[in-house]
Amino acid sequence: MGEKKLMKGNEAFAEAAIRSGCDAYFGYPITPQSEVMEYLAAQQPHLRTGMVLLQAESEVAAINMVYGAAGTGKKVMTSSSSPGISLKQEGISYLVGSELPCLILNVVRGGPGLGTIQPSQADYFQSTKGGGHGDYRMIVLAPASVQEMSDFVKLGFDLAFKYRNPVLMLSDGIIGQMMEQVELFEQMPRATEFDQTWATTGKTPDRERNIITSVNLDPAVQERHNHKLQAKYQKMQQEEVRYESFDCEDADYLLIAYGCSARICQKSVKLARAKGIKAGLLRPITLFPFPTVEIKRLAGKVKGMMAVELSAGQMVEDVRLAVDGRVQVAFYGRMGGMVHSPEEVVDALIKHFSIG
Amino acid sequence: MLVSPENLVYTKTPLMTDKPLSYCPGCGHGTVHRMIMEVVDEMGIQADTIGIAPVGCSVLAYEFMNIDMQQAAHGRAPALATGIKRCWPDKYVFTYQGDGDLAAIGTAETIHACNRGENIAIFFVNNGIYGMTGGQMAPTTLPGMRSSTTPYGRDVALMGNPLKITELVAMLPGTFYVSRHSVHTPLNVRKFKRAARMAFENQKLNKGVSFIEIVSNCNSGWKMSPVDANKWMEDNMFPFYPLGDIKVNGEMVSKPTKAE
Ligand SMILES: Cc1ncc(C[n+]2csc(CCOP(=O)(O)OP(=O)(O)O)c2C)c(N)n1
Ligand code: SF4
Repeated sequence: MGEKKLMKGNEAFAEAAIRSGCDAYFGYPITPQSEVMEYLAAQQPHLRTGMVLLQAESEVAAINMVYGAAGTGKKVMTSSSSPGISLKQEGISYLVGSELPCLILNVVRGGPGLGTIQPSQADYFQSTKGGGHGDYRMIVLAPASVQEMSDFVKLGFDLAFKYRNPVLMLSDGIIGQMMEQVELFEQMPRATEFDQTWATTGKTPDRERNIITSVNLDPAVQERHNHKLQAKYQKMQQEEVRYESFDCEDADYLLIAYGCSARICQKSVKLARAKGIKAGLLRPITLFPFPTVEIKRLAGKVKGMMAVELSAGQMVEDVRLAVDGRVQVAFYGRMGGMVHSPEEVVDALIKHFSIG
Repeated sequence: MLVSPENLVYTKTPLMTDKPLSYCPGCGHGTVHRMIMEVVDEMGIQADTIGIAPVGCSVLAYEFMNIDMQQAAHGRAPALATGIKRCWPDKYVFTYQGDGDLAAIGTAETIHACNRGENIAIFFVNNGIYGMTGGQMAPTTLPGMRSSTTPYGRDVALMGNPLKITELVAMLPGTFYVSRHSVHTPLNVRKFKRAARMAFENQKLNKGVSFIEIVSNCNSGWKMSPVDANKWMEDNMFPFYPLGDIKVNGEMVSKPTKAE
């Protein structure tokens, strides 16, 4: 059994970063995730594991430090919140184009613009459909607990290196700020010793030089490169779909929610069942790849579905694509940092489907 | 062998690949590349050197330099260099950047890497123009100088002043060696090469950034023959961007030496 602690989500993420053997973190302060760098700084990771910690001059600089450091083959990460993640998009596109692994955390806040520091899930489109320029995807992990803020660091790095592609953890102001018990995993060795054959380590006579680049001026070559990237995304769709189901098998009505909204909807399911409504909840853990197959299967069994998000309705589009018209898909959500209560969700379900 | 060893007067360093350079005939980029690679070769540090190519005409520098390299987003090379050097503190890391890259879009990364005193070398090729995108105004474009976005000449009242970023970074505590050079004559090439050697040697000292500007030509962008471009550079660029050391061993050199 690992060490148990009461921690904020952001702190659990930072502690997990050190324990995962991460080699470097580069970031820039922004609410509601500043605790990540503050926790790291207090821990002096250079003394604990030799991990590099550097506060950059901007999110643009931070992601490009990540891009450089990722090219050395090491385990590197950054974290930010919505406006900062927008600034990182060009760098993320370069990381994908150059096929570099890294871990990125977005503790989402309400937008658009400077918006609010309160929680939101309005960055779903940006996270799952690309975000930066060019055709690309990242595996998007959506933690719904402080425990997952820790566990997904390890998982995220494994997936990033498996696919040589950035992995995004899409969290939110609630999961980042709330305190829960977390069981921490044991300290892992830093990646420093394992040798990446593709990395910039310095050209030795026994090999060709290693070049990290996303430029292909020849469109035919660039198209081949795109096909290679697309094949990776297809493999992710076959192998990496993760979700969790609550009371789905006998459900008449299915709620679909991720992150903090899934936590709220777990309570909504209980409240609905107490009223005699057979509700269930499907929680996508990976937002890309999306649990399309499972949602499609459930579409044949339920009377209606409702996506519940802290947004104007973004994930609901992927639910509708999965359902393909087989069953009615409703949406309920709050915006701008407002958070729905479990009761509100049940009321919305009753109203949408004229239950009872 | 076509040339017997005793008759060999010059050979291309094996640290330049055999790929034909993509630069216009007469452009300074190729010479700057070769000198940097000769230094890496002579120091025997190929296995410990990582270079960063910018966005600009030298975007494909990694095709020509026979070392491990990474290609940066426009202006972000000093951030990449920071990330790499922090992960490999014992390796030699350098950026290669144009004036649009380093002194416009990448100003923040340049200043902060220099101010933090990252233990890297920065090679800054200032041709007063955006070469790659077809000769638009750069932050370094001289007052009155024509470019495709200043077709009547740079009017400083409307378009602002040229930026002497090299003098600016010399003021920062994190720079250890700051020097301005050119590569348009054999003498200047030799001087630049000595400076480039110093920039790599300095990385052993852990004392901060070595920043070398190379005032260069862009005969295509300037719409001149290579010879005329070099003459124009001597007459117009050097008075504004005087060649010589600005900061050595962390100390400001009081008077930059006159143009040569
Ligand atoms: C974010 C971004 N903005 C703009 C460009 C277009 N662009 C490519 S090269 C360049 C200017 C390069 O000029 P300079 O750094 O002076 O190098 P030179 O080509 O003169 O060697 C620009 C603006 C880009 N590639 N990326
Ligand atoms: S456009 Fe200018 S900078 Fe670019 S290769 Fe030609 S001469 Fe050199």
